[in-house]
Amino acid sequence: MNKPSAIQLYLRTALILMGLLVVTVAVAYINLGSYSTPVAMLISVIKATLIILVFMHVRHAAPLITVVMLAGFFWLAILLGLTLSDYLTRHVIPF
Amino acid sequence: MPPIEKLVAHQFDDADQQRHASSLGMWLFLATEVLFFGGLFLAYTVYRYSYPEAFHAASSHTLLWVGTLNTAILLASSFTMVLAVHAAEHAHRRTLFWLLIATAALGTGFLLFKAYEYAHEISEGLFPGPQFRIEGAAPAQARMFFYLYFVMTGLHALHVTIGIVLLIYFAVRSLFVSLTRSTFSTAIDLLGLYWHFVDIVWVFLFPLIYLIGRHA
Repeated sequence: MNKPSAIQLYLRTALILMGLLVVTVAVAYINLGSYSTPVAMLISVIKATLIILVFMHVRHAAPLITVVMLAGFFWLAILLGLTLSDYLTRHVIPF
Repeated sequence: MPPIEKLVAHQFDDADQQRHASSLGMWLFLATEVLFFGGLFLAYTVYRYSYPEAFHAASSHTLLWVGTLNTAILLASSFTMVLAVHAAEHAHRRTLFWLLIATAALGTGFLLFKAYEYAHEISEGLFPGPQFRIEGAAPAQARMFFYLYFVMTGLHALHVTIGIVLLIYFAVRSLFVSLTRSTFSTAIDLLGLYWHFVDIVWVFLFPLIYLIGRHA
């Protein structure tokens, strides 16, 4: 990968991230009902993915690095998923 | 550009393996950090699910312009950081030094705006404690939002502070160390991974703290 193209890619990524920041703030003022938070989280996931793939160089990283990165999020999914499987299925919240 | 000097510790076959091992170690640390912050995100999710109205009302008491500006500052600092990593790989000393300083300056700007917002919220009586008061929300429930707000953003600010100290340390070292040593560019690479991780945490904190209930 030659030097100018790498810097151009970083610049484009930074501009897209700034654009997504504007989009997420604008969308927050639109009443999407129960879709508001999922849409905001989707934009955050897109931003995080761009940062991980481009700025953290995961797209060129060894497979083991990608596995460790995904494992971190997989454990987070277990933490959130199993806890919410309890709270979201209760009729009475005990606090 | 002089050839990169390969300094390989005796337990590694070659410099590539050494760099890979260092990178893997940082990623393992970041995986533990995901779970460290994950516990707080879980607490936030459970309480917000339990007290949706109070969380929406409490969120509108935060300063959206500070949150938005701070997000832009951190995203810009990730850009200067990735350029610093690039400069380190190509042994451009002056560029590397100033990019590390720029990243540290943006991080400091983030902390100053955060401190301004904390001062504003404390003066409004929004710091959880006996003096906590809020308009238009159940106080006990809204206090839970602000408890999580101060802990999550406080822990994040601590990470930013540690990042700034490391950035300044490596900026000073970059003036004296031989940049043709591959181990130094690895260190800058790992510092970059840490800084981008702190940015990612904020990318998720920002909508959950500032943007809920803005349309109401």
